[in-house]
Amino acid sequence: MAEPVSTPVIRVSGLVSRFGTQVVHDGLDMEVRPNEIFGIVGGSGTGKSVLLHAILGLREPDGGSIELYGKDVQQLAAADRSALVRSYGVTFQNGALISSLTVAQNIQLPLREYYPVSEQTLDELAELNLALVGLPPDAGPKYPSQLSGGMIKRAALARALSLEPKLLLLDEPTAGLDPISAAAFDELLLYLHSQLRLTVVMITHDLDTLFRTCSRVGVIVDGRMISDTLDGLLQNQTPWIREYFHGPRARAAEKDTHG
Amino acid sequence: MTVLALEGADGDWHLHLNGDWSLAAMAQIEAQLETLPGTLQGTLACDWSRAERPGIGPAWALLVRLSGFTAQPLEIRHVGDPPHFLEFLEKLHAERHAARAGAEPEPSLERSVGKLGRWVVLQGTEARAVIGFFGRIVRVYDGVFSRPHALRPSSLARHIYETGITAIPIVSLIAFLISVIVAYLGAQQLSRFGANIFVVDLVTISVLREMGVLLTAIIVAGRSGSAFAAEIGVMQLNEETDALRAMGMNPIELLVVPRVLALVISLPLLTVIADAMGLAGGGLLSLVNLHIPLPQFLHRLRESLSPTTFWSGLIKAPIFAILIGMVGTYRGMQVRDSSRELGRLTTVAVVQSIFLVILADALFAVLFVQIDF
Repeated sequence: MAEPVSTPVIRVSGLVSRFGTQVVHDGLDMEVRPNEIFGIVGGSGTGKSVLLHAILGLREPDGGSIELYGKDVQQLAAADRSALVRSYGVTFQNGALISSLTVAQNIQLPLREYYPVSEQTLDELAELNLALVGLPPDAGPKYPSQLSGGMIKRAALARALSLEPKLLLLDEPTAGLDPISAAAFDELLLYLHSQLRLTVVMITHDLDTLFRTCSRVGVIVDGRMISDTLDGLLQNQTPWIREYFHGPRARAAEKDTHG
Repeated sequence: MTVLALEGADGDWHLHLNGDWSLAAMAQIEAQLETLPGTLQGTLACDWSRAERPGIGPAWALLVRLSGFTAQPLEIRHVGDPPHFLEFLEKLHAERHAARAGAEPEPSLERSVGKLGRWVVLQGTEARAVIGFFGRIVRVYDGVFSRPHALRPSSLARHIYETGITAIPIVSLIAFLISVIVAYLGAQQLSRFGANIFVVDLVTISVLREMGVLLTAIIVAGRSGSAFAAEIGVMQLNEETDALRAMGMNPIELLVVPRVLALVISLPLLTVIADAMGLAGGGLLSLVNLHIPLPQFLHRLRESLSPTTFWSGLIKAPIFAILIGMVGTYRGMQVRDSSRELGRLTTVAVVQSIFLVILADALFAVLFVQIDF
């Protein structure tokens, strides 16, 4: 059942992304192994979201290849590609909940699209996904505009989980949350990760989240990625990485976790 | 295929889970869960050993169904290598079950009375808000004309360009085509009486009195009324209007007044262009289809006009402009919270402004007949 350890869930090799003359990724390599939480960090404009979009197939790469579960995404036929897309769950920066649907309907949207199940079962599954992310049952009939920032992030996660993915891709899951909500989200993510045996790829600016949850971290510097464990990165002498992990905020976050 | 088999008797039950238990088989699973008996007593062992690729959703559905057995006590065990997440789901389910026990649905009568009450209150506040909005605009206008700086010439110019100049091609084209159609159909009828020349009267009076201004207003309502609502709505969603207020500026003065004023200036000008294009269309059709030479057309045109014909059309344009501008900006200012509101209110803005324009046009028609204008 479990993939052999040698097959990475995601392997990006030599990715090139260009916007006009501006080169964002210049031969970027990345590898995500099964059952790990992989953090992606980088300064503003280094193309973290662009990388996520390329992995999701929302953007054609200008060079290089992207393999998911050992299959080259660009070589796949459209139908296989859409089946592959269904096998991972995604949350976007601002939740990207469909604003004309309630939270429960948002969760049911992909289920309704792909599986012919009854309304009662759909309600049960919505209830399940709300329970998974720790939202109260009365959040189901609410519209996204009635939710707080933290609840929107959780609802987006519930929708991402609805098709029972093995891989979760999260774009800044804790951005804009207060520290308590953000910490609660970290714990939720760790809990789901251990209970459901998910592989998680997460873009984040939140150093606390990074230190609390991630087993490995990839830093985008100069269009390439340097991946290592946190301890490894703390020793890294690349100027940007040094500044990132030894700045005043990083030291505080690190002390909280290790000390 | 059966994914579910209940075996055993009298207090010792075995539930075998077979085959595909992934989310893809959910339809089958839910159907077969329905076939389980309503009551069971004793012990029940769920055997997962032959379930393939068990999914979270189906496992949850099973737990929900198992908890529905009446006539407890029933002791449920899971055997045969149950999926790793089952314990987690059982815990979640227990929590949810406890939470739901307290909830009671609202009686339907109370709910519908409550709905009616909310609707009435909503209509009341809506009416008050409309009056308040108009009041604020009037107050701002009062201040604006005493301070020429507050007229914001650059903003005004931009809106005149966007609502007026860029609308010239479509307004011209539609006015031209409609008057060609009127002249063509009119000629069909009038030629039976040998009264071809009256096509000129028909075109002149209908275009100048009604169609020029009405068509222009409807096109502008569709183009600019919706644009006003959408622009201001997006600013509301981005909290830009709140930012303006926080800096001590008045969004009505900055956003609403220039737009309404721009429409009041550009709609009459567009009407003049539409009138001209309409007459040109009538003239062209008369020439081609009815063989009325241009000098004769112009002569007849001058004869059919009374001094007020042109003005009775044009005078309506500023009134229509105020209606369109105010409805568009008001609906834009109403956008709150979600982009769904933005789409809805933009549509409302167009529909209401067209309705109000036509209503006002009807009132003008009655008024002009009464005062013989």
